[in-house]
Amino acid sequence: MAGTAIRTIRAKLNGIEVEVPEGTTILAAAEQVHLKIPTLCKHPDLPPTAACGICIVRVKGTSQMPRACCTPLEEGMEIVTHDPEIVEIRRKVLELILSKHPNECLTCGRNGTCELQRLASDFSIREQSLPYIVPDLPVDQSTRTIVLEPRKCIACGRCLTVCQDLQNVWALSFLERGIDTRMAPAGDILLADSPCISCGQCSAHCPTGAIFEYDETEKAWELLRDPDLHCVVQIAPAVRVAIGEAFGYPPGTNLTGKLYAALRYMGFDTVFDTNFGADVTIMEEGTEFVKRFQENQGELPLITSCCPAWVDFMEKYHSDMIEHFSSCKSPHEIVGVLTKTYYCEKRGLDPSKVRVVSIMPCTAKKYEIQRSDDMFASGHQDVDLSLTTRELARMIKQAGIDFASLPEGDADPMLGLYTGAGTIFGTSGGVLEAAFRTAHKLLTGEEFDAIEFHPARGLHGVKEARISVLGKEVRVAVAHGMGHVEEVLDRVRAAKESGDEPAYHMIEVMACPGGCIGGGGQPYGITDSVRKQRAAGLYRDDREREFRRSHENPYVQTLYASYLGKPLSERAHRLLHNSYKPRPTYRR
Amino acid sequence: MPAQEKDLAADVALAARKWQKKRGALIMVLHEIQGRLGYVPREIALELSKQMNVPLARIYEVLTFYNFFELEPPAKYVISGCMGTACYLKGTPQILQEFGRLLGIEVGQTTPDGKFSLTTVRCVGCCGQAPVILVNGEVKSKVSPKDVPHILAECTD
Repeated sequence: MAGTAIRTIRAKLNGIEVEVPEGTTILAAAEQVHLKIPTLCKHPDLPPTAACGICIVRVKGTSQMPRACCTPLEEGMEIVTHDPEIVEIRRKVLELILSKHPNECLTCGRNGTCELQRLASDFSIREQSLPYIVPDLPVDQSTRTIVLEPRKCIACGRCLTVCQDLQNVWALSFLERGIDTRMAPAGDILLADSPCISCGQCSAHCPTGAIFEYDETEKAWELLRDPDLHCVVQIAPAVRVAIGEAFGYPPGTNLTGKLYAALRYMGFDTVFDTNFGADVTIMEEGTEFVKRFQENQGELPLITSCCPAWVDFMEKYHSDMIEHFSSCKSPHEIVGVLTKTYYCEKRGLDPSKVRVVSIMPCTAKKYEIQRSDDMFASGHQDVDLSLTTRELARMIKQAGIDFASLPEGDADPMLGLYTGAGTIFGTSGGVLEAAFRTAHKLLTGEEFDAIEFHPARGLHGVKEARISVLGKEVRVAVAHGMGHVEEVLDRVRAAKESGDEPAYHMIEVMACPGGCIGGGGQPYGITDSVRKQRAAGLYRDDREREFRRSHENPYVQTLYASYLGKPLSERAHRLLHNSYKPRPTYRR
Repeated sequence: MPAQEKDLAADVALAARKWQKKRGALIMVLHEIQGRLGYVPREIALELSKQMNVPLARIYEVLTFYNFFELEPPAKYVISGCMGTACYLKGTPQILQEFGRLLGIEVGQTTPDGKFSLTTVRCVGCCGQAPVILVNGEVKSKVSPKDVPHILAECTD
């Protein structure tokens, strides 16, 4: 239809002329002309809930004071974003919110990163002007991954929008109404009994201390203080390009060398890298793919299984897909089990005296390390403790390390040297791209010359591509953010039911938007811009590596030559693979 | 799930099918269930979640948003004081206080033996009879605090 081009709106904000496409909110228009309207409930990832009222502005010549987050700018509008009355109203709104919020900043999990605390500071709140009516609600630590403290909830609705719409998990809801409104798992049960998959996106989006990671830093210090233990640490791909944000670096700065050095300062005896585990995952999963694709051994598409939140989601909501899952463990579990078998054997260490700590961008990894008997394949718990990026940042600060001036260190190469393929595991599309680099070699005997596989990259919710290998079409899909996975799985089911060719041959799924770089345990302040910068950091790391394909990793080659035999060998199966089972969505 | 509720699973299916095509079907189905049982048990909410393909979280959002819905079995005798303007002015709060004193509970609570619960309602539409008390929906007119022991005495098995 002609004439459907989006109309341009001309208006004024604080006297500054602005032109924006019709439908642009006052808040977005203000950003264009460098005006910062304060917000609290609004998050850049999410549609406005208009819950808090901090962002009210004035429409000149009317008595209207609309909320900038959800009100579209109209032709000819003259908006005032700041005047004494507006500021006073915003302050009153803030005081009302504070009257329902516990004054416990010093002992809060979000001390220093809380958005409410920051607003209280900006507005020079110096006294509690209204009587407290803080509800008496219990803390929920049942998952041992995510902690809910509903007393500190300001009912902004971000976590619900994330859990219900973005992630399609539906663990969290609002119960009651009005002043009694509270955030709680479906129908007042414990979070561990709910469909929660521990992805932690609620904690990454919560503006206050109502939802945060289950802190295990003290447990880590206890391990490090024990003189009888040999402590091994590994860092996930996505941690290196995000942890800098906690120390003032821009997102995407690759701090791998500094992290290795800091971990040794903290007292770890051995520093490994989960990226090495990712290279091993690719050897196993790539071989699995080739077996299914070329030799019809197993179901197609092959679906990736490195993301524990996704595995949990699948077991709870899509257990008909179990046959499609790669049986390969996630990279940090592989480093864990290899540490307590291969590494201990070669170094003459007693695995019962070795502890493995994983530094992950992820809250679900805390759940994964005990998710089934397969996580004890070494005869011990393969990974003893999993900390988030946020926890490690705090530990580095506690340890009195001046991170900025710290010289770079090295990992122990045996399970620490990694390829570019291993590092891009940390971003959406990276596992598929890394797998393709190796699968191409396995299928054709020749290297995938281009190395880089751009259709898998970027923040689009579902990415699809067709590649021709040996005259056969390979169809692949990448989904990230649990809300995007259903459409991909529906296509798989539809093709199965109608007896057609499989819709895809390989599907990569990561639970968090953007993949692990946007993980629920990463530093606060996630936006698409931050996701892009962190991903770019990993792609830069990939380009700078001496080896960019997992099968080229000399230490991976040694591992297979001297210990595992070949991918999918009996020993590889016993140590590096695991199984899945349907789990109830609700445990009560 | 008690046998009586098991039968109800079938009724849930029926109610769910009946309203399936309608927008806002969930609330109508919940009304039907509460109409039959006097409350919405967790087992039924779970069943409903499966049959209507509505997440349990959404069902409880609705159940707790509207205070009409009950999550616990009702008491044998539900005593409701009318808080409409006329009844309120004519002394419902004092009557409720007397019920509370004699039963040892507050408004919104149920006696431990499950016999009595004390609630309030908005105007029941007979302001001329104010103040009005409902016992299991039956209207008691022009009640005063000294009538309370007699009303309670009438509540026998």
